Amino acid sequence: MGLKQNLHNLKEKYKGTKMAPAFNAIHTFLYLPNEVTHGGTHIKAADDLKRTMNIVIMALIPCLIFGMFNAGYQHYAAIDGSLRADVLANFFTWDNLWIGIIKVLPLVIVSYGVGLAVEFVFAVIKGHEVEEGYLVTGMLVPLIVPVDTPLWMLAVAVIFGVVIGKEVFGGTGMNILNPALTIRAFLFFAYPTWMSGDKVWVYDAVNRAGTADAISGETILGSYAQNQEVIYSTWDKFMGFIPGSVGETSTLLILLGAAFLIFTKIGSWRIIVSTFLGAAVMGLIFNQVVAADVITESSKFYGLMNTVWWEHLMIGGLAFGAVYMATDPVTASQTNKGKWIYGFLIGFISIMIRVFNPAYPEGVFLAILLMNVFAPTIDHYVVQGNVKKRLKRTKVKTA
Amino acid sequence: MSKDIRIKKGLDIKLVGEAEKTTTNVSLSSVYAVKPEDFHGITPKLIAKEGTAVKAGEALFHSKSDERILFPSPVSGKVTEVIRGARRKVLAVKIAADTKQTYADFGKKDAAKLSGDEVKNHLFASGCWPFIKQRPYDVVANPNQAPKAIFVSGYASAPLAADLDYTLSGKEAELQTAVTAIAKLTAGKVHVSVGKNSNSPLSNLTGVELHKVSGPHPSGNVSTQIAKIDPINKGEVVWTVTPQDLVIIGELFLTGKFNAERTIALTGSKFEKPQYVTAIAGATISDITAGNLNNDNTRIISGNVLSGKQVKEDGFIGYYDNQITAIPEGDDYEFFGWNKPVFNKISASRALTFSWLNPKKKYDLNTNTNGEHRAFVVTGSYEDVFPLDIYPMQLLKAFMYKDLDEMEALGGYEIAPEDFALTEFICVSKQPHQKIIREGLDLMREELG
Repeated sequence: MGLKQNLHNLKEKYKGTKMAPAFNAIHTFLYLPNEVTHGGTHIKAADDLKRTMNIVIMALIPCLIFGMFNAGYQHYAAIDGSLRADVLANFFTWDNLWIGIIKVLPLVIVSYGVGLAVEFVFAVIKGHEVEEGYLVTGMLVPLIVPVDTPLWMLAVAVIFGVVIGKEVFGGTGMNILNPALTIRAFLFFAYPTWMSGDKVWVYDAVNRAGTADAISGETILGSYAQNQEVIYSTWDKFMGFIPGSVGETSTLLILLGAAFLIFTKIGSWRIIVSTFLGAAVMGLIFNQVVAADVITESSKFYGLMNTVWWEHLMIGGLAFGAVYMATDPVTASQTNKGKWIYGFLIGFISIMIRVFNPAYPEGVFLAILLMNVFAPTIDHYVVQGNVKKRLKRTKVKTA
Repeated sequence: MSKDIRIKKGLDIKLVGEAEKTTTNVSLSSVYAVKPEDFHGITPKLIAKEGTAVKAGEALFHSKSDERILFPSPVSGKVTEVIRGARRKVLAVKIAADTKQTYADFGKKDAAKLSGDEVKNHLFASGCWPFIKQRPYDVVANPNQAPKAIFVSGYASAPLAADLDYTLSGKEAELQTAVTAIAKLTAGKVHVSVGKNSNSPLSNLTGVELHKVSGPHPSGNVSTQIAKIDPINKGEVVWTVTPQDLVIIGELFLTGKFNAERTIALTGSKFEKPQYVTAIAGATISDITAGNLNNDNTRIISGNVLSGKQVKEDGFIGYYDNQITAIPEGDDYEFFGWNKPVFNKISASRALTFSWLNPKKKYDLNTNTNGEHRAFVVTGSYEDVFPLDIYPMQLLKAFMYKDLDEMEALGGYEIAPEDFALTEFICVSKQPHQKIIREGLDLMREELG
């Protein structure tokens, strides 16, 4: 009968050939396979990896759409500051969306196109199925880069990230570092001028630099780092009407995404909560340092150290990192106890780097990558606790 | 002093086709089979050749490693065929049953007056030893080791499991005799568990320590109960017996006969009338299910849906099983099955799956895998359905890369494959957990003894 039968026949025809993984990836995208259990449990729960990844993508969609509007809004608001007086009236406009369509959508398309192509090539060469990990990575990448990132740069970074960050370790589930952050880190270290400074965050700011029409694309963190006043209100920061990477500005939508991930039991609430906790603690410590007059206004750290601890949670990429990046189950700690430690340290170190990094006032992606490396160590000690308990039981018996 | 066991972590899988509490006597099958693969880890050495006439209880084969461990014919009749597989491995010994059953007479014994060795020898001679299994490794007990305790789980929590309160009713005398006998085999206690609000015939036994169990599956798994009552440490051995096998042991002591008849639950949506029947171990499936089974694209399972074995209609019920489950095969594609909201399947998550809305609903699940095999990705989900104080994913990985030190340290002595049935059921990556555990346990047994 129709499509289903035709695809089934094609699958049988391609079975065992080199192209089978590529065909199956498309086939299983349309149809849940006809595979039945054998050997183990005779029934299986409804969830598979595709469904799990799909939930994360759904949680990211609001951030993407908001990011598209925000790309236009920041552009026009930088030209005409009066637009900021009535944000709501000037935010959800067709003009803004159009900027999003021409600037943000290409980032998404390049990220998915290049990344999936690499995945397919590896699957065909190595003869394994195309695994779903990149479905989420491909959506994360455009959301954590500046809006003006050149597309070729993104393509190069994606190839690097997928090959070195993931495939060399054996593909989805085997990687040590979060692939999306590997891509971000590659961009940061390979093309630092495009990833930091006061221009790349707003569309067209780079082109206009040095001309009469120059506009500023300074982020809040950038302003604080230079001990400058910030023009945005708490409301702006929470809602996300601020410059920043494409999809990470709206704390509100990120929290909604977090609620969705936690409710569906896909994201780890332990990591999300402990990351915010760690960041708050570090922020409080810095506030106390300032309150104790250890740091004076003349210090170059004053601006960020004096930022109220709860404000640290809303600005920069902290919320986005905590909810969507730190929770990547493959690179995070795998034990429940370990997740608390892992998340806490991510938050703690993020704010520390944010304050002390002289070149670039943000540290979330570096903190997460660092903790990715230490996650197995954390797990090791947590699991050893269990092992010791077991050994102790034996000793009590024999004593 | 009884200790109650309350489990919070776990998952009750509610399926359509619970057995109605009526029992039909099934007439004798013409052919029975004893399959050595039912006794994991035993290499059989045949005693009865093709053509030999046997009585019920007479040995068909013994264990190659211990000649005392005999495996009896469940019925009287003639050995018609020894089916062999690759490398002449014995797959099944088939017996054509006599129309009038005769039993080998092992003599009535008063269990209370026997010594431990006498009980042991009686169990050896009558072929009842294989009913006693051991932890670690979940195999037939090694009689040369002394168990620190013996565990009997009288609470069945697996999906659609036979209600032991029902199937054991009226067997009080047999059960009491059997526990009196097996209590002689250990210097420790005999721990018996029953459901919290049950009127199980097991709850009035004397000479045992009784535990009341509550909570979702796997609260009825004997590993769960061992872990809560008296966990196994390195170098220790515990033995386990199922209550339905205690009945057979009890009858042996009371009457001198080996009578492998038990009450079997026919469950699952593919039975027209799910109910109980009485049948003898090793009976032909089609004789037990005759006139009741809708065998159209059906998976027939000897045992439950989580840990049972797939059998054909002309196959035979497993030696230890007291349940046959029949569910639909799921060999069809489902359009956008991976992302559309799901209302007719069970899930431990809420990823557009809605089984959490109505926890009492009964589902008609089929055998579709609902996705393809992948590497381990998701973490933290197994822990929600795994009540033992063990890190399930770390243990599984240690079992996969076969690091014996880690397998031992992480709790390999405390588990059986069935304990990983629920984690396998919910596994997003569709990994074969029970197979991984079984192979790892076999390796541990080989290398560590």
